[in-house]
Amino acid sequence: MTTATVLEPKMPKSWRQETKPHKFCPGCGHGDILKALGTAIDELGIQDRVVFGCDIGCSLLSWDFFNCDAIQTHHGRTTPVMTGIKRARPELICIAYMGDGGGYAIGAQHLVNAASRNEKLTVILANNAQYGMTGGQMAPTSLPGMKTETSPYGRDVDATGNPTLGPEMVAAITPASAYVARGTMANIPQLTRMMKKALQNQIDGNGFSFVEALSACPTNWRMNAAKTWEFVEKEMTKYFKVGELKVPAAKQEG
Amino acid sequence: MANKPIQGEKRMFMTGNEVCAYAALAAGADIMYGYPITPQNEIMHYWTRLAPKYNRSFLQTEDEISAGFTTCGGVLSGKRAFTATAGPGNTLMQEPMSMAEMMRIPAVFIIQQRGGPSTATVIYSQQEVTMTCYGANGEGLRIVYSTANHQELYDYTIKAFNTAWKYRFPTFVLGDGYQAKMRESLTIYDPELQGIQMVDTYPLVGLPGKAGADRDPAHLRNTYNTEEELYEVVKDLVTTYEKFAPEIVEHTTKECDDAEVVILCHGIVSRAAVEAIGELRAAGIKAGMFRPITLRPFPTAPLRNVVQKAKKLLIVESAEGQFARLALPSLYGLTTPMETIFKPGQGITSDEIVKKIKDMA
Repeated sequence: MTTATVLEPKMPKSWRQETKPHKFCPGCGHGDILKALGTAIDELGIQDRVVFGCDIGCSLLSWDFFNCDAIQTHHGRTTPVMTGIKRARPELICIAYMGDGGGYAIGAQHLVNAASRNEKLTVILANNAQYGMTGGQMAPTSLPGMKTETSPYGRDVDATGNPTLGPEMVAAITPASAYVARGTMANIPQLTRMMKKALQNQIDGNGFSFVEALSACPTNWRMNAAKTWEFVEKEMTKYFKVGELKVPAAKQEG
Repeated sequence: MANKPIQGEKRMFMTGNEVCAYAALAAGADIMYGYPITPQNEIMHYWTRLAPKYNRSFLQTEDEISAGFTTCGGVLSGKRAFTATAGPGNTLMQEPMSMAEMMRIPAVFIIQQRGGPSTATVIYSQQEVTMTCYGANGEGLRIVYSTANHQELYDYTIKAFNTAWKYRFPTFVLGDGYQAKMRESLTIYDPELQGIQMVDTYPLVGLPGKAGADRDPAHLRNTYNTEEELYEVVKDLVTTYEKFAPEIVEHTTKECDDAEVVILCHGIVSRAAVEAIGELRAAGIKAGMFRPITLRPFPTAPLRNVVQKAKKLLIVESAEGQFARLALPSLYGLTTPMETIFKPGQGITSDEIVKKIKDMA
């Protein structure tokens, strides 16, 4: 007779157990990114001060993800909702969570202006290079030649431009007190450290903090698990360099 | 720092936009989020001059979409927050307004109507009636006060904060470019001295205590997975709105008791109607006026009561029938003959109303 060993999944304390397992597709990057965020919240001990906001698109499935007050808003509008809260209640730690569409397309004006104003917010953006929930259309971050439902012959950069380099843009328009980084679901310890620094920057009242996290879409990419990882680690990183772009008074993460 | 910007009561002579800023201060508004658009700009101008003296805040956002959503955020965090807009800004702001409807966010919106569609004029119209009452996807679960003069701009701006927070539906003060820009006299006052108790505000997120340990987290959403789920939520919202409507609805009348001709109008046009009634009565024509103050909810029963006793009805508005479309369902089944004066974008004088009614005789 064999004895089965049951391993309890290790979840961040700030996660809400009742809503797990979560609703993202198996293999989706959101779960890992939100795990890094949850760990960062735990390690900073700020769960009772966090207000979490999420967008439309796959990110909305995180509306009840944490044991934190949370609000799900509209496509691209998470940043202004959290700005409104932070301006009214500066003692709260406001986290705006969105995808590449919510941050770089429909919500780009809000991201740009919140960054320019150096809003004391933390924006976490999952970049999976396409629109997930609406069925795999082209995103601002779709790679050159990438096939999506609205670029079925591959993204033509002459017609549609190059992938948006969000952290590079945010780094260029924010003052020195901002924190800007790009992490990846392929390196969760590093992503967690970036999340912590981004939140610490808000806690310290320094200014805007922004972390883009490279993410995967196992559904619309139509790849197997091995190829999905290869795409995140090898293809996406050709355009989206992982690392810290702006670090106020701290040692840079490579 | 003094927190009572208006002590006692004072007679003032000022513009409508200035009135709105003073009223928001008097109502204890904590924060305004706004974006410049004519003809409401001076609400922000006065607010930004006065607010810091009374420990209140302001944020100039990147557009009206953001102004609406930041206002929702301010309200969610428990502050008496408001914004103001007009025309194309009202169009952009429909998105946060729809979120406020769905999530019952008690945000206050001041609208100073200008001409439409599109950019149109920056001056005056009553063409934002449909949009303010029923814009955006959804059922128009809003409260809309249409003001006629500066005293009402003051009174109803204060009232809008209380209505919003008492009933938790987004609440609108619907003025117009003429009211916004012209000067007239009014009495400003400390609401408390008039027996007006400001309804307490409270946070919907950022609640005290550790979520998951001391209490459940506030998990708010306005997205639903199935039609059935949405149906239940919206039906519940509609039922709640309809339950409160009789407490909220307001109207006023002028010489309707024996009126043979009833002028139906709202907002500043009613001032021309009141003037016209004086002239018509002097000429032996029994004219009266019915004026909804709340366009949402609409004063259906009292309007029906007045119109069914009259021989004729004249609907007058500075739009091409937007107000008429709002009013006509309330008159379903009545056979009172009706005529209209529709002047999109233009003001209406008492002479025009008098002439029209004499022609109708």
